[in-house]
Amino acid sequence: MGERLLEVEDLQVSFVTEEGVLRAVDGVSFTLDRGEVVAIVGESGSGKSVTVMTLMGLTRGPNSRFGGTARLGDRELIGASEQELQRIRGKEIAMIFQDPISSLSPVHRVGDQIVEQIRAHEDISKAAALDRAVELMRRVGIPHAEQRARAFPHEFSGGMRQRAMIAMALSLSPSVLIADEPTTALDVTIQAQILEEIKELRAHGDAGVIFVTHDLGVVADIADRVLVMYGGRVVEQGTLDEIFYDPQHPYTWGLLGSVTRMDREPPRRLPAIPGQPPSLLSPPEGCHFRPRCPHAFDRCIEVPPLEARLPEAPGHLDRCWLEVADKRARREVAGRIGLAAAGTVIA
Amino acid sequence: MSDAAPSPNGGPLLEAEHLKLYFPVRKGVLVDRTIGHVHAVDDVTVRLQEGQTLGIVGESGCGKSTLARCLARLLEPTEGAVRFRGQDITHWGRRRLAPIRTEIQLVFQDPISSLNPRKRVGQIVGTPLRLHGMDRRAAERRVRELLERVGLNPEHVNRFPHEFSGGQRQRIGIARALAVDPRLIVLDEPVSALDVSIQAQVINLLDDLQDDFGLSYVFIAHDLSVVRHVSDWIGVMYLGKLVELSPAKELYVKPIHPYTEALLAAIPIPDPSENRARERIVVGGEPPNPIAPPSGCRFHTRCPRATDVCRQVEPPLVEYAGGHVAACHHPMSVDEQEVASVTYSPLSPLSAGRLMPNGKEAPAERAPGDAGARPAASGEPSR
Repeated sequence: MGERLLEVEDLQVSFVTEEGVLRAVDGVSFTLDRGEVVAIVGESGSGKSVTVMTLMGLTRGPNSRFGGTARLGDRELIGASEQELQRIRGKEIAMIFQDPISSLSPVHRVGDQIVEQIRAHEDISKAAALDRAVELMRRVGIPHAEQRARAFPHEFSGGMRQRAMIAMALSLSPSVLIADEPTTALDVTIQAQILEEIKELRAHGDAGVIFVTHDLGVVADIADRVLVMYGGRVVEQGTLDEIFYDPQHPYTWGLLGSVTRMDREPPRRLPAIPGQPPSLLSPPEGCHFRPRCPHAFDRCIEVPPLEARLPEAPGHLDRCWLEVADKRARREVAGRIGLAAAGTVIA
Repeated sequence: MSDAAPSPNGGPLLEAEHLKLYFPVRKGVLVDRTIGHVHAVDDVTVRLQEGQTLGIVGESGCGKSTLARCLARLLEPTEGAVRFRGQDITHWGRRRLAPIRTEIQLVFQDPISSLNPRKRVGQIVGTPLRLHGMDRRAAERRVRELLERVGLNPEHVNRFPHEFSGGQRQRIGIARALAVDPRLIVLDEPVSALDVSIQAQVINLLDDLQDDFGLSYVFIAHDLSVVRHVSDWIGVMYLGKLVELSPAKELYVKPIHPYTEALLAAIPIPDPSENRARERIVVGGEPPNPIAPPSGCRFHTRCPRATDVCRQVEPPLVEYAGGHVAACHHPMSVDEQEVASVTYSPLSPLSAGRLMPNGKEAPAERAPGDAGARPAASGEPSR
């Protein structure tokens, strides 16, 4: 892989609310290299968006508390001054949001919005910046880019708006691109087009991408490495194949089991994870997944550390007390976790 | 409450025939001029048998939700007919529809905006009961039963919607729909707003309720992954038209219309190595404007197989083996023999051409008055 871009270590984010302290992110660590896609997977309230927004400095506020470090090259992001962040945002880390209509200004032309971002960081003429904006819009597949640059966001369709967002994010060739559920609001055929664009970026090897999503299908399509988050903690992380073919955490099994697969006979009954996600204000003691976990036992009242439990895969970490052999036996019974059925042999 | 007579001679519970709904596009400040129409639903014929589920799939703007609203008679169709148990309810007024309202219920996509935030759960679920004349005591008892039935704690009757999670709110919506003992529930993207693990719970609940109460469902979805688990028949819509209708299982292994194929191909498979091995056809472009839909086949602007005939002749729905119908001049996943033996489907829009994919012309139009006659073709139960 390419050079190391970003190193996040033991990131902690809490928000002080009237009802108490909410620990949104509790000890997230990962690295991002140039040319790779790291996916953060989780359901609502898992802390996946807060993690990436914190990297951009977007969760700062009087009631926010941070811990840990996030190093971009030789600069620290967590304690950085607002001024420093201004220089980094857009230029070195750019972000694509889920909902492009609320992240573009409705009263400015799309091209002008891109121009403004370019000129905020670089000393070039308006005309030159506009040329670059049009070129970027063309690159991400917006037809008739010159005319479309003069249009307002409401004149764009959802997919086109998301492309415009991507063009804007790419305008200063950032080394880190954060995509927070960029395709969730889009139709499936448009989602496929946008994913192709992001894959194209990876192929160019210019940037490293952090891709936040709840959709394991999208993850399988795009990611190199995966973090699975639940209740503010990473419960499992590893390479794409490790997570899909040798998942170690019961929550990952549940997620993999709940996904519908187009290429298989559907099960008579969908495997569902019982219960509700935890409240982060009063999370369950010990492992956060314990109340919903069919495999929980007495030791789960202690928080399992996130560590490598497989001698053959030192980079594959998980937070579960079960013995590895035990896990492999149980998850087979637990459902249709692509393994035996897919004919994949596990080492 | 479901004491209504069963459908006459086992006919379908619900039928839509050549249903059209056009929304006028108006312009002008002083003088309102209609400058065009959005062809939201453009001549769709579907039917639903008692106890079955009809899935309707399509992307945003294809008219699936409008179709659902016409079927539930929240909207009045511009043309065509909606029949419930053989009764033509197309143009019935509010008062006349009242008894039918207890039989057809709706569940919406967004549980937060479809539940009144100022009302307690007990009131939300109980109101339909009270409206239909149940006394307070009995209604309260029934509300508790309903909450329990959909997997909520009956002690939570006094809570407000915001105190529940998304999945639980959707359960409240389902309990409210169930309150009046409906025969048919129109589900408009009921799980799209929920997390995956919760989606599975709600789908399983809907499945159980269908078995227990013999419900029929119209299930609207924006992609093909969820409807698969619940549907007996699945219809695919594109820009106001029904382009394919098939027994649910068959659609996934044998998509005939290229658009269905594109929808299937667009869904990523949650299996990295299979995903890498798979050759994906990414359909370019976006759905065209429904105010001025393209000529001929509406998909021809994006279709990799389109030829001149697609631009000129609107393909009729033709029937393949097993009641599988599709509207395409260049069908996929079928061999020559299958194409040779197709028949013209009476589900076809009236505006469709007579040219079938086997090169034959369908026999001439029946007498105009006969167009509404009940065709014996597709949509019949497969089991």
